Amino acid sequence: MIKILLLLVFVLVLAVPFYNRMTPALFGFPFFYWFQIALVPVASLLIYIVYRVEHGGEK
Amino acid sequence: MAYPAATLVFVALIAVVIVLGFTAARWNAGNLEQIEEWGLGGRRFGTWVSWFLIGGDAYTAYTFIAIPALMFGAGAVGFFALPYTVVIYPILYLVFPRLWKVAHRHGYITGPEFVRGRYGNKHLALAIGLTGILATMPYIALQLIGMQTVIGALGIPGHVPLILAFAVLAAFTYTSGLRAPAMIAIVKDLLIYLTVIVAVIVIPAELGGFGAVFAKIAPAKLLLAVPPAGSTGAYSGYATLALGSAMALFLYPHTTTGILSSSGPRVIRRNAVLLPAYSVMLGLLALVGYMAVASGVQGMAQFAAGFKQYGTSFAVPALVLEAFPGWFAGVAFGAIAIGALVPAAIMAIASANIFTRDIYSQFVAGGAARGEAKVAKLFSLVMVAGALVFILVIPTTYAVQLQLLGGMWIIQTFPAIVFSVFTRFFNGWALLAGWAVGIGSATWLVALNHFAGAIWAFHVLGYTLPSYIALATVLLNAAVAAVLSLPLNAICSDRAGDATRAEDYV
Repeated sequence: MIKILLLLVFVLVLAVPFYNRMTPALFGFPFFYWFQIALVPVASLLIYIVYRVEHGGEK
Repeated sequence: MAYPAATLVFVALIAVVIVLGFTAARWNAGNLEQIEEWGLGGRRFGTWVSWFLIGGDAYTAYTFIAIPALMFGAGAVGFFALPYTVVIYPILYLVFPRLWKVAHRHGYITGPEFVRGRYGNKHLALAIGLTGILATMPYIALQLIGMQTVIGALGIPGHVPLILAFAVLAAFTYTSGLRAPAMIAIVKDLLIYLTVIVAVIVIPAELGGFGAVFAKIAPAKLLLAVPPAGSTGAYSGYATLALGSAMALFLYPHTTTGILSSSGPRVIRRNAVLLPAYSVMLGLLALVGYMAVASGVQGMAQFAAGFKQYGTSFAVPALVLEAFPGWFAGVAFGAIAIGALVPAAIMAIASANIFTRDIYSQFVAGGAARGEAKVAKLFSLVMVAGALVFILVIPTTYAVQLQLLGGMWIIQTFPAIVFSVFTRFFNGWALLAGWAVGIGSATWLVALNHFAGAIWAFHVLGYTLPSYIALATVLLNAAVAAVLSLPLNAICSDRAGDATRAEDYV
């Protein structure tokens, strides 16, 4: 059930109380902003892993 | 001309796009007298064209203006666009390859058509189809408003440029079908990426770095307000706004069309991996709203008239004019205007597909397929003309309010379309009842908010749970559909009306 990783995307993205904070800041971005931007490639990677596992053998 | 260099570049870019729009008919030529070719590009688009097309379709000009404007005015809550455009991708990955499969197997070109095949119920499909068309109309109108804002910012007065732009849009949509926006989307997205990358490098450098930009924002607006005791406050508002918007996005006719026009499930799954690149771009673009605050454009005399006329929507155009040399402002405005034409064209085509397949052929022509491409082409003209009249006659605030309502309505098709891709547990009439309850309750709550707010504070067992109205009401919709399905399936099951089989979906 590799699809569980897709559920993880929802959990990370909707964990608002966790990321609604100023610190630690990164390159001048408060945590709230850089964390959510950083989630985008993380989500993309998780979906890619699911894709590879499900379609890996196909040409 | 207030901005000659910008205007020149802007007009040149639009001209290039118009030429592309008309030549698109010959791209991978198919018989445009068939609705699958005109309205779905022959289901031939591979990974990259689909990437541009779906990206160009979902991230519209209105978004480019409205999201930074929301950040500019309201602060952190406007950033919900980011979680919203992340959670759409697991949904895309899970649901839409199955929808593509069954649509391909049975020749469906719209979401409602699938629902009709699944339940043998043309009234349910009519409800779903009408919801799509009604939700799309104000959406096209808002694209026009996005375009009008940049034309206005260039100092070109009057409605004539807008009418011309949309006459051209209607013409190339009519002649080229979905191939036109697919081809233009490539130009549009390259220009948008260029503009955003330059903006997030150049503007913060002029303002002293991102740290300095964030320092100019009022601290109360930088984060969501911490909820008071006994309430989930802004947290649940933010999360439900993101989730509800995500559930609704691919149910819009234009986004469904974008997905169904791809060449197969693998293209869709690959795009669930690749499309998030647009979300990074959108996140950076949202921050342009903060840059507009930091640059102080709102206090500058030369922009006073613009802010008075367009409100916070003028924040991005003003910043573009202030921070960039004239010719590059032309590129940025061109990107926004073309960013309006692409989704507007797909919206018109998608609505035309629904009108033809789910209304005209079922209720007027008695199921006959003859001449359906002709009907669809003509209806696409009706959609564009309707949106234009909308803009010229009705105040902008109404268009924004109707777009808000449209989001609440379109999500009510979620049970009928998305659940039905996985299960035949539901009864068609129960889904129709759930849809009616969802539409009614959502409209009622939005009316109680005076058509201005998307959030309603629900009180449950002593707790206050502010929620995006669309998400709360679609839960009610699904509950009604599920509860009614049990007795209806027992008394008058419609399972025999299912034209699809389990193997059609995988």
